[in-house]
Amino acid sequence: MAPLLAVRDLRTEFATRGGVVRAVTGVSWDVNEGETVALVGESGCGKSVSALSVMRLIEGPAGRIVGGRVLFKGRDLLALSEAEMQRVRGREIAMVFQEPMTSLNPVLSIGRQLTEGPEIHLGLAPAAARARAIELLAMVGIPDAARRLRQYPHQLSGGMRQRLMIAMALACSPSLLLADEPTTALDVTIQAQILELLRDLTQRLGAALLLITHDLGVVARYADRVNVMYAGRIVEQARARPLYASPCHPYTIGLLRSVPRLDEPRRECLEAIGGQPPDLGRLPRGCAFEPRCGARVDRCTVERPDLEVIAPEHSAACWQAARACDLS
Amino acid sequence: MRSELILEVRSLVKHFDIGGGLLGRGRAVAKAVDGVSFTLHRGETLGLVGESGCGKTTLARCVLQLERPTAGQVLFEGRDLTRLSEGALRPIRRRLQVIFQDPYRSLNPRMTVGQVIAEPLAVHAIAADRRRRSERVGELLAQVGLGPQHASRYPHELSGGQRQRVGIARALALEPSVIVCDEPVSALDVSIQAQIVNLLDELQQSLGLAYLFVAHDLAIVRHLAHRVAVMYLGKIVEIADRDTLYATPRHPYAQALLAAAPIPDPLADAARERPVLRGEVPSPLAPPPGCTFHPRCPIAIPECAEQVPPLREVAAVHWAACLRA
Repeated sequence: MAPLLAVRDLRTEFATRGGVVRAVTGVSWDVNEGETVALVGESGCGKSVSALSVMRLIEGPAGRIVGGRVLFKGRDLLALSEAEMQRVRGREIAMVFQEPMTSLNPVLSIGRQLTEGPEIHLGLAPAAARARAIELLAMVGIPDAARRLRQYPHQLSGGMRQRLMIAMALACSPSLLLADEPTTALDVTIQAQILELLRDLTQRLGAALLLITHDLGVVARYADRVNVMYAGRIVEQARARPLYASPCHPYTIGLLRSVPRLDEPRRECLEAIGGQPPDLGRLPRGCAFEPRCGARVDRCTVERPDLEVIAPEHSAACWQAARACDLS
Repeated sequence: MRSELILEVRSLVKHFDIGGGLLGRGRAVAKAVDGVSFTLHRGETLGLVGESGCGKTTLARCVLQLERPTAGQVLFEGRDLTRLSEGALRPIRRRLQVIFQDPYRSLNPRMTVGQVIAEPLAVHAIAADRRRRSERVGELLAQVGLGPQHASRYPHELSGGQRQRVGIARALALEPSVIVCDEPVSALDVSIQAQIVNLLDELQQSLGLAYLFVAHDLAIVRHLAHRVAVMYLGKIVEIADRDTLYATPRHPYAQALLAAAPIPDPLADAARERPVLRGEVPSPLAPPPGCTFHPRCPIAIPECAEQVPPLREVAAVHWAACLRA
């Protein structure tokens, strides 16, 4: 079966005063129907830009998608007109952002923000859209829905706002939900509530979920498949369990070792990854991780490794992947 | 044997008056910190954990006297800071320093790194001549893992991790005995967090610093802290030695926090029991009666809505504020 979403060799750049920043440089990943896929990496690795490129929300003229294809249900979204793309956004693919307050309109009532999508995309009459809005609020666990419709976003707590964002995203029953750090701004106990809600609802509605996060614990708990990004590229791609059990890219290995774990005895010293992430405007010729890598060989400085299959459904972009995999 | 007591907070209270409606009607008081006591010994780290709005940052600011507490005492090296004037506090601030969460917002963008670090030396007239001062800046940069070349850079030219190192160097400049660390790694990337955690650890061992370490990441706190206090809605609900608290949390809120923290391993995580805590943290403007946690508590009994549970010793040096602990 063809994947629901197939991103192929996507390239997105930004023109800055310091030159061209290649935020995403040739990434390919899939999301199958109904599954949860993670894009994981640190700030500046290109995970959010990847999702915004799928939605064609890269802000021009500085930002530009310069290559690749985004095949959604077989259609290349990058070839659609803006009018056609607007029918995809919200209707077929919806997005949940990290900071609900910056993506909700502060001067529109909660009711208006919830009814807009169904009215525009599904052609619902106002009364039907209102009924849908009440249903959506109940679905995401916001009590007292009828009264809430008259309120404004600032009257909700952070957790409730994120529930509202999820309700808006699900308003038109999309088949794909892109969630960009959906719980990073929230507290631990609320984070758990929101992630459980996202999982339950996407399962119930049969929607696929792309989870963009820096949190390896969240990925471990919710993702079926994982793409690890570093400096605009995918460096490792695998199903979640093998990725955590036997990571093959030295960056993934380093990340997993650097976080303290509550289920293991406390260690005297954390194994940090040395150095700093690279400047995307001045990437080295070879592997971008080479300056920080403990497994580097001469080849790494001159030749960039591409993703290679290491095991079934498990790829890594590293000349030493096979060796690193044995060590991990 | 415990080392010397260096900081003691007694029954600290900080209320904020929230201006209410017209004509003073509906005025409200937010009890951000509501009767908190703890001690900190030389060379020790006390972790202070809790969710946003629990009062941990206000508490840290009250310890530093950046906020003046409504009531209670902050005894630092034997003196009650709450009774001192700003002028009298100034020499004491040399010994009581702070590291903030966002190193970018806490560094003056128009000053070079060297100037940022030298400023406290000049203000407190330490290392008075210029040459001595620049030597000291060099020492401090080396101590936090930066090089002399960083002295002439501006904060925006540095990465997040390097900026936090500058923040640490500035805090170290005056040779403090206590550093209040307010979420010092939570704004940093995962691969950088471990570098800063290790640096804080090394500095504590070499300089004998005590840290009041405010954070929400329980795994980081377990790594750094010797003792841990859990806060909920302005109160400490549990406090114990690190290993005790993590192995046998007694307060249901501490238990829920530990259960909610995901573990970066799908197999290990799936094997854990992790009940999701219902509800949200109530507003400190209108805290629930009795135990403020009772509306969310999985084991609450009717008495919990009536009695405020005192912090009591539930086991040796293990305190919890719960009728059922």
